[in-house]
Amino acid sequence: MKMKNAIIFLLVLAIVGLASYTAISGLQIGNTTISPFKDSIKQGLDLKGGVYVVYEAKTDAEGEELQRIMYQTIEVFRNRVDAFGLTEPLIVPEGEKRIRVELPGVEDAQEAIDMIGRTAQLKFVAGDNQEVVLTGANVKRAEAATEAGQYVVSLELDTEGAEAFSEATARVAEYQYGSNENKIYIILDDEVISDPNVKERISGGRSQISGGFDRDEAIRLAALIRAGGLPVDLEEVQSSTITATLGVNALNKSVKAAQIGILLVLLFMLIYYRIPGLVANIALTIYMLIVLGTFIALNATLTLPGIAALILSVGMAVDANVIIFERLKEELRAGKTVRAAIDSGFKRAFRAILDSNITTLIAGFVLYQFGTGPIKGFALTLIIGILASMFTAVVVTKFLLKLFVGMDLAKNSKLFGA
Amino acid sequence: MRIVEQRKIWFSISAFIIAVGLLLGLVRGFNRGIDFTGGALMEIELHQTVSVDEIREITKAYDEKANIAFIGEERTIVQIRSTEDFNNQKRLEIFDKFKEKYNLEKDDFLRAEQFGPAVGKEIQTKAFWAILVSTIGMLAYISYRFEFRFGLAAIIALIHDMLIVIAVYSILRIPINSPFVAAMLTIFGYSINDTIVVFDRIRENLRFLKKNNYAQLANDSIAQTVSRSINTSLTTLITIVALYVLGVEQIREFALPLIAGVISGTYSSIFIASPVWVMLKERQNHNGGNQPTPEVK
Repeated sequence: MKMKNAIIFLLVLAIVGLASYTAISGLQIGNTTISPFKDSIKQGLDLKGGVYVVYEAKTDAEGEELQRIMYQTIEVFRNRVDAFGLTEPLIVPEGEKRIRVELPGVEDAQEAIDMIGRTAQLKFVAGDNQEVVLTGANVKRAEAATEAGQYVVSLELDTEGAEAFSEATARVAEYQYGSNENKIYIILDDEVISDPNVKERISGGRSQISGGFDRDEAIRLAALIRAGGLPVDLEEVQSSTITATLGVNALNKSVKAAQIGILLVLLFMLIYYRIPGLVANIALTIYMLIVLGTFIALNATLTLPGIAALILSVGMAVDANVIIFERLKEELRAGKTVRAAIDSGFKRAFRAILDSNITTLIAGFVLYQFGTGPIKGFALTLIIGILASMFTAVVVTKFLLKLFVGMDLAKNSKLFGA
Repeated sequence: MRIVEQRKIWFSISAFIIAVGLLLGLVRGFNRGIDFTGGALMEIELHQTVSVDEIREITKAYDEKANIAFIGEERTIVQIRSTEDFNNQKRLEIFDKFKEKYNLEKDDFLRAEQFGPAVGKEIQTKAFWAILVSTIGMLAYISYRFEFRFGLAAIIALIHDMLIVIAVYSILRIPINSPFVAAMLTIFGYSINDTIVVFDRIRENLRFLKKNNYAQLANDSIAQTVSRSINTSLTTLITIVALYVLGVEQIREFALPLIAGVISGTYSSIFIASPVWVMLKERQNHNGGNQPTPEVK
């Protein structure tokens, strides 16, 4: 019995040790590599650097029409964001009229905002009657190309567009070459980017925009046209950009703070509660593994307030253990044997732990419902933390404490802090 | 321990701190962050120490009243806060001027934030509703598991803690912004947790109630749980103080009120919640005859 308990206890210790090692430094067995927690957790913009913008649509549309507009806008955003080639962009509706765009790791954040929010309404206007011949919607393909050493954007039009374009070019070609009526104005966001004269009818649905572009400009313009214009005017209601250096600095400092804070807590528990303290420390380690593991499993994003909540939750997770151990001491002082004291101590402490944690959980869930962005992340951390701490204190601590007693090493109640 | 009997002292201490904080807040105004007022924040690394006047040369064209501060270890990062709504183009324009004058690189533009005026109001409204809804939820749960008077006393302790933290924000002039909301909500959860553990003990001891001596009962229960209360707030404080000492600016802004909140939460669960519960209980007995009805669920 003694032997069996000792073996199980050592086994638990070994597993927890190995898991913690993996969590901190990663592990490689044969061809399988497990990366450390730090690398597998999705980091928020405030830790990784990047940009987020919340746009609000300036429209009076309601109901289905509004939904359609928002859906289209999101599609356009998606196309534009794809041009950045980022790994984890996020484009989500927020409320009815808002869209949140998050671009982690983008290099030139301010430029990025500029490009996403561009209206990008492309219009071809005939010089004679000032009527719109084509819009961006008629463009099937748009690509940057070179023509006589100059960068241009070459367009391929759909059938309807090709017809309209052919008709309009035939008409304006009648006017004197070089006159205003003889031109086709190419207008992007109310700005004339090119106004070529037309020599003859252009049929076949191909066209070019030239305007003295350099290579980057041509590529960007092509991407904008491909993505199409936004169906609605948007206002930037909230935005935040942060460089990667600042984010990494925040992460490193917080991790260091976490390490020192947690180490001090573990020391405190060990010195004050002795054997139960040691057991609680193992349980706390398991607690941290569970919380971080759940974070990865849920693919949740870790933000700066999230880290704060996480560190705070360690302090609070100790609480359940403290409640139990104080009860344990009381029972021992009342003259019970260690074994009996553990049973009744846990039983009596359980109600306090349950009620106090459920009340906090209520706050956590409400917060999650009402919060956005970082606050939501904070609430999620709180919820995961409370559930994990209840589990580890009530199940893990009890299990380990009983194993310890089963080893018959500690009959002396002094070792239990009493 | 005669904690309940001396409740006037405890209530006065709290009332004093809250009054000072709120009074200062009324006189000086609260330091509201841009996410509450609407506006923009920019942080630019200049790689040198510069005078405020020099910065103002550039910013005055955009907002004469912009708040200028220097942050970072060597105070070389300029932080510009304005209640004007600088959109992206304006921010780029401002940065370009800095870039030219101080010969900067693109990534010296460390951080920018912008909040439309409507957003700040929304955050406040949402936080208000979040707190109201969770208060009702908690009150309902505690009334179900304990009794309505426990719930009421716990909520009063909770309001006490939040007022104390608001007072700390006001006295130390910490900016009130989104982290403020998160800090308030954390304290909200922490404080109630702390109170419930004391109440749990009172609930358990109710069966030993003698001669309706609720004060004695509360004193005993507090004495039995006091080492737990202190140890828990100690371990929690250790971690937050570590965050405060070693963390970055944004975390420190969040950690300081939390430190105040944890201390206040522990204080209130001992010195406010239980005395209030005793008062409520005594009033009930005074009004409804002397029939004791110990509730144990």
